[in-house]
This record gives sequence, C-alpha cells and structure tokens, in this order.
Amino acid sequence: MENTSIHVTTEKLNLQACYDFVQDASCGGIALFVGTVRNLTKSKEVTLLDFSTYKPMAIKEMQKIADKALVDFDILKIAIHHAEGELQVGHIPVIIAVSSAHRKAAFDACQYAIDTLKETVPIWKKEHFVDGEVWVNAHP
Amino acid sequence: MQIKLLLFGIVKDIVGKNTTELEIIPNTTITDFKSILIEQYPKLVPYKNFSVAVNENYVDDTYLIKANDVIAIIPPVSGG
Repeated sequence: MENTSIHVTTEKLNLQACYDFVQDASCGGIALFVGTVRNLTKSKEVTLLDFSTYKPMAIKEMQKIADKALVDFDILKIAIHHAEGELQVGHIPVIIAVSSAHRKAAFDACQYAIDTLKETVPIWKKEHFVDGEVWVNAHP
Repeated sequence: MQIKLLLFGIVKDIVGKNTTELEIIPNTTITDFKSILIEQYPKLVPYKNFSVAVNENYVDDTYLIKANDVIAIIPPVSGG
C-alpha cells in the first residue's frame, strides 16, 4: 500500500528515510518512535542484542498493524521498520514514523503501532551479557 | 502425515534446530499437536505457553491441521 512502508532488514535502519516517507504537505505533524538498545537490563550490563525474526510472517503482521492504524486513526502515512541480526548498545532496532494533519492522531497511532508490534510481531531478541545470554520474555 | 515445523527463539535452542518434522494424523487440533510436541520434547514443558502460526498466520487451539500446512512455533515475542 502506498501509504505504508514496512521493512525488516539486516541493514542499519534509516531514520531520514522513515521521515521522508511519511512527510507530506497536508500534514501538520510527524510522530517518531525510535527504539534503541540500552546498556542495562535489571542492572546487568548488556553487551549486545541479537534479533531473530520469522521474516515473512513478521512483515505480514507489521503490514496488518500499519493497515489498521490507517483505518483507526486519522493519519496519512505510516512507516514501520525493524532490524534483525546483532545490534550494539545505542543502535536502533525499530523505527515507527506517522504523519497526520493534527498531532493527536500521529501520537496515538505511533503508540498503537509500537505496543502492538511488541505483542504480535514474530521477532525475538536474545540479550547477551558478559556472563551469558537470555531470550527476552521467554521465561515463565 | 508428516508436517513441517519452524522453530524460533528459545524453542529453537531447546530442540537444537530451526526446522523439524512431526508425525500426526490428519485433522489434529492445535491443542493435541502441542501435547504431541511436548511429549516428544519434554524440555519444552516450562515454555508450553507458545503460540502457533499456520502458513504465516496465527491460529487458535481449535484449528485442524491439514497436510502441507507449515506450522511455526511462536514463543513469546520480544521485538521492538
């Protein structure tokens, strides 16, 4: 769909490309969510995160989120880009960009997209520490 | 019939490979499939709250598995 941009890539995510995709003369605001790899989990030092995906299904689920956001919120365009592979502290695993005539719809759609992505999109991260590694969310 | 399984995340690590096959009878439900899988891989017991996707779409426990379905085990996701 021309109003959505969905990517899962081993390349470095491109914030400017997400911004440029959603930018439009009719829009008074753009909301951006940029996920970043932080250096600590429960006070333990993180050395890197390794993202693995079920790529074809991840793309489908991300497209569903984008399509639903276009229906449910008064927005013009939405980009959802996610990285896969190894990322270091400070790197960007996810970017969501949303444009709309007025700011509220952009904020709301952006929040909906990241919250839903974290619940439904088949992507898994393994946290690597100095002394081991763990799949996030996996343990009951 | 033999069905193809795709494994991800912690389930992939426990089984030790990212694809495998399982012998089931036609029209097995997802609930029964989960029991068969856990019987074969008892180490999955603590992680049995996984979701299941068939042909890249989530299905519920009542779905009846057909020949040629590609089944993916989806442990709790952690993207973002």
